[in-house]
Amino acid sequence: MPKPDLRELPSSQGQAAPAEAVSSARRQAKPARPAKPARHPDSLKGTILKVVLLGLVDAFAVYVLMMLFLSQSWAALAVSSLVVLAINWIYLRKGGLPAKYLAPGVLFLLVFQVLVVVFSGYIAFTNYGDGHNSTKDDAISAIQLTAQKRVPDSPAYKASVLTKDNEFYLLFTDPAGKAQFGSSEDPLAEAPDAGKDSTGKANSLPGYQTLKFQEIVANQQEILKVTVPVSEDPADGTLRTADGSTAYQFKPALNYDAATDTFVDTETGTEYRDNGKGAFADANGETLATGWKIDVGMDNFVRAFTDPSLRGPLLGVILWTFTFSIASVALTFVMGLFLAMTFNREDLRGKKAYRILMILPYAFPAFLSGLVWSGILNPEFGWLNQTLLGGANIGWLTDPVLAKISVLVVNVWLGFPYMFLVCTGALQSLPSEIDEAARMDGASAWRVFRSIKLPLLLVSVAPLLISSFAFNFNNFNVIYMLTGGGPRFADTDRDIGATDILITLVYKVAFGQGTGRDYGLASALAIIIFIIVATISAISFKQTKALEDVN
Amino acid sequence: MSVRTLASSKEKTFDGGPSPLAPKRRPFGVWFKDKGWRHVVGVVTTIFAVFPLLYVLSAALDSNGTLVGSNGLFSRFDTGNFVALFSDPTRPFGRWFVNTLVVGTVTSAATVFLGAMAAYAFSRMRFKGRRMGLLTLLLLQMFPQLLAVVAIFLLLSGISQVIPALGLGSQLGLIMVYLGGALGVNTYLMYGFFNTVPQSLDEAAKIDGASHVQIFFGIILRLVTPILAVVGLLAFIGISSEFVIASVVLTDPDSQTLAVGLYSYVAQQRSENWGVFAAGAVIAAIPVMALFLFLQKYIVSGLTAGSVKG
Repeated sequence: MPKPDLRELPSSQGQAAPAEAVSSARRQAKPARPAKPARHPDSLKGTILKVVLLGLVDAFAVYVLMMLFLSQSWAALAVSSLVVLAINWIYLRKGGLPAKYLAPGVLFLLVFQVLVVVFSGYIAFTNYGDGHNSTKDDAISAIQLTAQKRVPDSPAYKASVLTKDNEFYLLFTDPAGKAQFGSSEDPLAEAPDAGKDSTGKANSLPGYQTLKFQEIVANQQEILKVTVPVSEDPADGTLRTADGSTAYQFKPALNYDAATDTFVDTETGTEYRDNGKGAFADANGETLATGWKIDVGMDNFVRAFTDPSLRGPLLGVILWTFTFSIASVALTFVMGLFLAMTFNREDLRGKKAYRILMILPYAFPAFLSGLVWSGILNPEFGWLNQTLLGGANIGWLTDPVLAKISVLVVNVWLGFPYMFLVCTGALQSLPSEIDEAARMDGASAWRVFRSIKLPLLLVSVAPLLISSFAFNFNNFNVIYMLTGGGPRFADTDRDIGATDILITLVYKVAFGQGTGRDYGLASALAIIIFIIVATISAISFKQTKALEDVN
Repeated sequence: MSVRTLASSKEKTFDGGPSPLAPKRRPFGVWFKDKGWRHVVGVVTTIFAVFPLLYVLSAALDSNGTLVGSNGLFSRFDTGNFVALFSDPTRPFGRWFVNTLVVGTVTSAATVFLGAMAAYAFSRMRFKGRRMGLLTLLLLQMFPQLLAVVAIFLLLSGISQVIPALGLGSQLGLIMVYLGGALGVNTYLMYGFFNTVPQSLDEAAKIDGASHVQIFFGIILRLVTPILAVVGLLAFIGISSEFVIASVVLTDPDSQTLAVGLYSYVAQQRSENWGVFAAGAVIAAIPVMALFLFLQKYIVSGLTAGSVKG
């Protein structure tokens, strides 16, 4: 729903300017006075409040800094310390009043609006995503831990499940009757003081609680995940139990050789080498599932425009994004203007009722509108096909062309009330003399509209049309809720469809179901949107001279 | 707003006053060409505008439940869907509603406060970089936060490692993210309004010994209450519809907001859960629509003020 245009509200800056000039003149005169002593001393109450508030902030800051120190995030620690120092400096020093009022808002703005954009820019140049989300060392131990096979003909250990502080531990009895004990974090260690039952199976340990059969069943999922490393070296393998009573030894199916930096499959002897793209690959290019994060330079951007499964659909999406936003603005504006002209008669009965009923779609939450319309337009069960068209089977949301039309219709439904309100306001502000003067000169109603009213109207409405365009360019809710971007393109295995716009594509690439998450590519696409939006707003700012307000 | 009230009062005099005398004798054709077609347009547009809302209301009141079953409009009336809506433990609608209220209220209150402080600084103080600051805000708000959703997700998952209470899955974390957009539009909006409050009031208070804090809270904020209310309520309406960031940050069903929760109702099985979803949609929409219609005259005056400025 295009509601963001209220920034145009400040209509009063012109009037306020003289007052500003006066006050700044006054301020410039100020240094002549003995400035500091003349300042009003802060009241005691104010000082106490300030100290308490700053104290609370600092207490929280110290907590954060300690946590950062403990997690050894040195860069974050350094930056946070600087921020804390800056905050204290701003609020403790004399003077610098504007900063005191601006600091809180600016801090949030910097972190969650500016920093995240810079961060997006960084991610766009990495292969960050599923299977590439950590360092190479993490990837190597993860591969060793996940690619495990039961050691053939290895002995069966008897196992009991113990618990302490919500952590699960396994207590093993090897075939020789020796008790050993460990958890996912603690490698196997001897447990000489374990209690044993009549069969010689170790079943208790001081300080730990033994799980009963029902408890084992209830916690089966967590117990399955407990893998006790045999030693500190992951290559030695692990012990696991599937049923909570018998455990077997598992060994990595892939052996890591640190000297040559390769994984060797213990069965087939295939070698996997670091392929320079953040993964281990064999001679045929087959990669292991777990990789690590590396910088890939322009790779994501190159991939977006050369990868055959991505290039065609992406160009289609970019084209449709522009079509969608331009058509949405044009259609809503034409309809809004037409309605505004139609109802711009003071003596029309029921005008008020029409007006209220017509702006209802604008008041309805946008994310719900898409979902509700998806029910109406549903090809199989929807009201339009079933009731209005008597059981027709028209693919309103499944045919590529019809789906695009449906998306536009729904977006017009959402957006026309806004344009209606805007145009009504603009029309009413046009002086009525021009209308009369033109009529006197013999101009027809159409001629008056086309040559006089429309140009005047466009002057005042153009900035709103541009921000409406910028809004629709990223109108995620309508598309995602109505069609989810579908119907999917046939020429790609990715989840990209005929009604996808760039922002829904970003969301689906980064967080979509089915295909793996690819944060790098998603960020690269987001950066492309940034560039487009920046270009458009730069041009439009120049054209509309919106900046004059500030200057 | 004055334009509208003027229009509606004129409307009354025309309707009740001289109109019964003249138009009665007008032939239908003339009446249609002058006004009748406007009613045709009005009725058609109204049907287009209102039908989906009636449709969802009818589906909500029909406990038959599926999408097909909802096609006979208002064929049944019962509250089965509403009962089902509040009795599904895997989809805690009541919690979602409360969560939305909490997140929306806290965020909009904080947004108003942060924005007002910034607007006060920009409107009442002269400092180096003031123009630049206003310009930057104007430019930054062209880029909606949802563009950086990936980075926001990764930043919050980094924060989770250090302080879980502010990271992924926490509403506090989500509120912090939303506050990143607190300046921008709002500051600009308030800045214009703050400028309409005469500076002489501040000066007088200053001479009487008021501190800048007392001027801010005691004078300015009281005089600009309308714009504070509008900004706060618009922020609330916007946040209650926000899906992208909320869906990424809030993973646990108990902490989700209405937008994320209601989507999960129909994400997989749109047809089966239709009735219950419709009931949820009605409950979710009513407060927002009520707020909007209640605020209508402020919002409309804001829009038209913007559009006629030129």
